[in-house]
Amino acid sequence: MLRPSTTLPRRGRGPLWRNPAIRALIVQAVLFLVLAVFIGYLVHNTLVNLEARGIQTGFGFLEGRAGFSIPQTLIDYTSDSTYGKTFVIGLLNTLLVSALGIVAATIIGFLVGIARLSPNWLLARLATIYVEAFRNIPLLVQILFWYYAVLRALPSPRQSLSLFDAFFFNVRGMVMPDPQPLEGFSATPWALLIAVVAVFLFGLFAKRRQARTGQALPVYWIGATVVIGLPLIVFLATGSPLDWTLPELTGFNFRGGINILPELLALWLALSIYTAAFIAEIVRSGILSVSHGQTEAARSLSLPETITLRKIVIPQAMRVIVPQMTSQYLNLIKNSSLATAIGYPDLVAVFAGTTLNQTGQAIEIIAMTMAVYLVISLTVSFLMNLYNARTLLKER
Amino acid sequence: MTTDSTFRTQMIEAREAPDQSRGVLGWFRANLFNGPINSIVSIVVILLLARLVWPFLEWAVIDADWIGTTRDACTGEGACWVFISARFESIIYGFYPEAARWRVDIVFALLAILVAWLAVPRMPRKKWVALFTLVVFPIIAFFLLVGGSFGLEYVPTRAWGGLMLTLTIAVVGIVGSLPLGIILALGRRSKMPFVKGVCVIFIEFWRGVPLITVLFMASVMLPLFVPGELDFDKLLRALIGIMFFWSAYMAEVIRSGLQAIGKGQNEAGQALGLSYWQRMGLIILPQALKMVIPGIVNTFIALFKDTSLVLIIGLFDLLAIIRAGLTDSNWLGFSTEGYVFAAAVFWIFCFSMSRYSQYIERRLNTGHKR
Repeated sequence: MLRPSTTLPRRGRGPLWRNPAIRALIVQAVLFLVLAVFIGYLVHNTLVNLEARGIQTGFGFLEGRAGFSIPQTLIDYTSDSTYGKTFVIGLLNTLLVSALGIVAATIIGFLVGIARLSPNWLLARLATIYVEAFRNIPLLVQILFWYYAVLRALPSPRQSLSLFDAFFFNVRGMVMPDPQPLEGFSATPWALLIAVVAVFLFGLFAKRRQARTGQALPVYWIGATVVIGLPLIVFLATGSPLDWTLPELTGFNFRGGINILPELLALWLALSIYTAAFIAEIVRSGILSVSHGQTEAARSLSLPETITLRKIVIPQAMRVIVPQMTSQYLNLIKNSSLATAIGYPDLVAVFAGTTLNQTGQAIEIIAMTMAVYLVISLTVSFLMNLYNARTLLKER
Repeated sequence: MTTDSTFRTQMIEAREAPDQSRGVLGWFRANLFNGPINSIVSIVVILLLARLVWPFLEWAVIDADWIGTTRDACTGEGACWVFISARFESIIYGFYPEAARWRVDIVFALLAILVAWLAVPRMPRKKWVALFTLVVFPIIAFFLLVGGSFGLEYVPTRAWGGLMLTLTIAVVGIVGSLPLGIILALGRRSKMPFVKGVCVIFIEFWRGVPLITVLFMASVMLPLFVPGELDFDKLLRALIGIMFFWSAYMAEVIRSGLQAIGKGQNEAGQALGLSYWQRMGLIILPQALKMVIPGIVNTFIALFKDTSLVLIIGLFDLLAIIRAGLTDSNWLGFSTEGYVFAAAVFWIFCFSMSRYSQYIERRLNTGHKR
């Protein structure tokens, strides 16, 4: 006789805390309460403390006169500018050193990463030593080393080390020729822009043509020729309208030319060398992640080495390399905040340093500084997720 | 049996490889000079090494000054390591009072034994030793280092410094961020939306900002968060910042391990009627943590390197003590020696950790990776 058992526990019976849904609700409510009370307590303390110290809250201080000078400003700035302007100056300096660092670190990193896979034993070893040496030494030590032990130990301007009599290295940094655009120079950048757009369109056309007819065009060669050639022709045709102001030693210092701060050089060197060690490992692991079967299959189709590399290995390696590379770029941007240790005027040194000390608006300034880095990080990871979704291995 | 058989009945003696592919010369030929491009590369590398490595060795070892106590011992040809040896005590102990330095030695020794015990795979009772390291050791170390009870002299954290402070920050950071990271990782995978949301925001916030701003926040903003009369120790503030910051990174490493564990494991636990914490503690976490040991060690390395950042908020760790020594008017102009020494100390710690993580990776490589 089959009859439904009446002893089975029915849903929703029994003590309330046995019900998973209700238990989850209780846990979350408790967490919410604890957090709310805790944060409320902190806010209360802060308000009491601020009142006791007589600090006004709010962002009104940004309108105030800064009254201090900054050694490197990419846009106009005087000590009469506002505190708000110091934020912009610092941010621009952070972005400048980050951009320089990213370019250099990528180039060094790729070279070292490929060298580690070289069949030449000596070269591979050298690359391994590079990676193991630089990624195991704190970045701060490296920055201080380059700044104090190398760049600050350079001779005075009068005994500068010179390179081609155009670049001079001394204790005050590097002096290099300053390009002065003359009349008619603006045609050259326009030519460059047109060339880039044209090559981009040509690339699209070549891709379509290859999809239709199977015939490939030498896009890389034509592209490189046009991008370099067109601006060059325009530049020469308009009569080379560019004048270089060479730095000249007058008295105890150089006149003319662009002076690059030793702080910027030290930070740039340290950031690129340090990050390159990590990028090299990423590049190496990316290339190794492409299975042997892929290259062997390409060879059995008798594809030439260069095509195998360009069309088979690199696109698949990129899938591994790009996400990790972006996180290294983000690390580099965040690490550029170590500038404050040697006094390079970046966001943290200028805004969270001098401006904070002068105004005492700790909460607002730290919050703004953190927000900048957060916005950069979150934007880049959002773009990265889009890229990942696009390049994800399409499986059946 | 005939002798003029078509077939050999005995093996021919193996002939020696041609001269050119044997011995040192053969190795050189195969690895360095196989083809014109490789030969050029090899020669360039050898020249580069001769230009860089030899002068460095000459400076650091051959021409260096090792013996002495004052600046007069420096001949000025090579490195003057007297600069380091003259202030070696302060590089290790900071400003810790001389009479109490045995306490630091005991903590160092205990730490070394515990770490060695945990690192060598053959040693028994790992679980208990790990528990001891994470729970009992910090308490012992705290009472020994701070003092003020059991008849020990009180040593304020102001007096801490040098390698001792670097290791303190690193150990507290590691011991604190691991459990916090586990909780955050579990929370991020929770089905409760509020719990998950809180964990995601916490993790992404700390991962999105540089450690320096965190330390600034700890040193400038934390005092505002507590009632005014409470004096918040500077080192403690830095430690809280470092712990929160690294727990977020730790959480992401552990989460990657949790994701690698199949659903079946959790469901099997449920079928056995185990509670959430039993399933996590007995089934999921032991497997997941074991899988991500290399990632955890890499986070430790990063944490260890970044302890040097505390010099920016005015704590005297190994690097800061050396830097302070460089401004001593008796010892101006030894920054190269100072920073090379600091780099070497950090390098030894980090390189051994990274070697250990590679060794563990090879050992673990048997089960999960196919």
